[in-house]
Amino acid sequence: MKILVPCKRVPNPDLKLKVANGSVDLAGTTWQVNPFDEYAVEAALRLTEKGKGGERVGEVVVVSIGPKDTSAQLKQLLAMGANRAILIAGDDGALDADRVARILGTLVVAEKPDLVLMGKQAVDGDDNQVGQILAASLGWPQATFLASILLAADGKSATVTREVDAGVEERRVHLPAVMTVDLRIVGKKAVRNEALAPATAEWEDTQRLASLKGIMAAKKKELREITAESLGVAGGILVKTLRHEAPPARKAGVKVASVEELVAKLHNEAKVI
Amino acid sequence: MSGTATLVLLETTTSNLRSASLPAISAARKLAQVNGGPVVGVVIGSGIAAAAQDAARYVDKVLCCDNAALAAALAETWAPVLVAAIKKIDAAALVASATSAGKDILPRTAGLMGAGMASEIVAVIGAKAFRRPTYAGNALTDVEVLTPVVVATVRQTEFPPAAPAASAGTVEALPPGPIDALGSEFVALHASKSARPDLTEAKVVVSGGRGLKDAQNFKVLEELTDLLGGALGASRAACDAGMVPNDLQVGQTGKVVAPELYFAVGISGAIQHLAGMKSSKVIVAINKDPEAPIFQVADYGLCATWESTVPPLIAQIKTVKAAG
Repeated sequence: MKILVPCKRVPNPDLKLKVANGSVDLAGTTWQVNPFDEYAVEAALRLTEKGKGGERVGEVVVVSIGPKDTSAQLKQLLAMGANRAILIAGDDGALDADRVARILGTLVVAEKPDLVLMGKQAVDGDDNQVGQILAASLGWPQATFLASILLAADGKSATVTREVDAGVEERRVHLPAVMTVDLRIVGKKAVRNEALAPATAEWEDTQRLASLKGIMAAKKKELREITAESLGVAGGILVKTLRHEAPPARKAGVKVASVEELVAKLHNEAKVI
Repeated sequence: MSGTATLVLLETTTSNLRSASLPAISAARKLAQVNGGPVVGVVIGSGIAAAAQDAARYVDKVLCCDNAALAAALAETWAPVLVAAIKKIDAAALVASATSAGKDILPRTAGLMGAGMASEIVAVIGAKAFRRPTYAGNALTDVEVLTPVVVATVRQTEFPPAAPAASAGTVEALPPGPIDALGSEFVALHASKSARPDLTEAKVVVSGGRGLKDAQNFKVLEELTDLLGGALGASRAACDAGMVPNDLQVGQTGKVVAPELYFAVGISGAIQHLAGMKSSKVIVAINKDPEAPIFQVADYGLCATWESTVPPLIAQIKTVKAAG
């Protein structure tokens, strides 16, 4: 099983976002792997190991499109256990979901993975488009917003669950496919490869941290840097960002001292009850 | 060049238009004002003739693609139908509500067409320009789609549910063309049943978080919810702890809500949660931790435990209601 996991570098979502003069100021931020993509890496690692912490069978390739220092995030993913990494030089300003998908598409054609596994959305752009566009461009099936993956022993199909508006939807999908994951994919028993792990297999209830051993091992792993042009990707963006602004500030709220005061305010002032 | 029609994907049961699609119709009407053409609905499914008639009350025309192989909303089979619909009426735009189906299918449609897409728009600025939240709602971003056909999903809470049009539109059959699910197969929907209104449509939402500690403790929130005719919600922590089903989760994962009144009880207010409820008109936070970030977005904050506040809150609301 060869799994390609596209990962985006995003600004730390827990830092206060600076929005001024029509743009987002990321000068002071720290960068990290998009959380949903990190969950996809964890899922890919589970699908390729013989039970928790077992030997890796198959290959997990992580890929990112970004500036040169995105190598720091890729190294972290290598230290988590990914086999190798590819960094495609790119600048967020010259990318949109379609272009990212087209670049990834050419890489998929070259790498021939059995599965592309990625986050459902990046927490900066919040587009939630790349996986679906990639699947469309490859003519592959797609399974989005996954909460669980059970990979069949023959590696040719998977039974997945998706969290949808009305509840939990179960689907069967043939491989190769593009799958996008939601946060519950890192649950203890959310992901399993029938060929490698028994039904009793359990993992931690979260994505793994890089171990010291993993960090040392990562130094010897391949991190290849290439350009979109070398993949033969032409064309430009289809969606242009015009400007950003801060959302309207909520008027300062008040602290109330008692339930009586709260009910009085909701009734007389806000008039909502 | 593309034409002037605005196409809107309308989700249905076999008999009715789903209310989740009403905001998309509002957005399509706004877009149609700029595009100058008709609003055309497209319904896809199996045995949906009655639903197509119901949908036609809201738009100038409905394209109905009714085929047994299209019963499940699979992006693999539905996206090519949407492409066929766009071509048939020479549409300038395709919109749909940002439901789980809309978010799954529209990007694939855009990908098949090579069309640019704007996700979860909150405003129509022009024929190809839209406003949408980014960075978990911490920025509003204006984008311009550069392709002849525009694709967009619509954040349901930001457009009003459309009312029926003055006169009903016509229904026209849309042949599906070749249907290939690429091996994808719908197995089952494990639906959670609730007599309460939909989270995304409720006027009042009462959400509980980690502070509730136990599924049993949600009972008192349910009482408050039902007293106000609202929907029950939850933070990720409460869902992960198994206190309530995952489909009650409000936030970046889960549902985006914007009710008239939102109660956050025992919820600290992580960014991922705020992303799903910050647009609520009135926010009430009840939390024993005075430093909880939820207080920064709350209109009314009560720093206390839920145990000491929710039961008297219920009693007093009852009194107020009884007094009229």
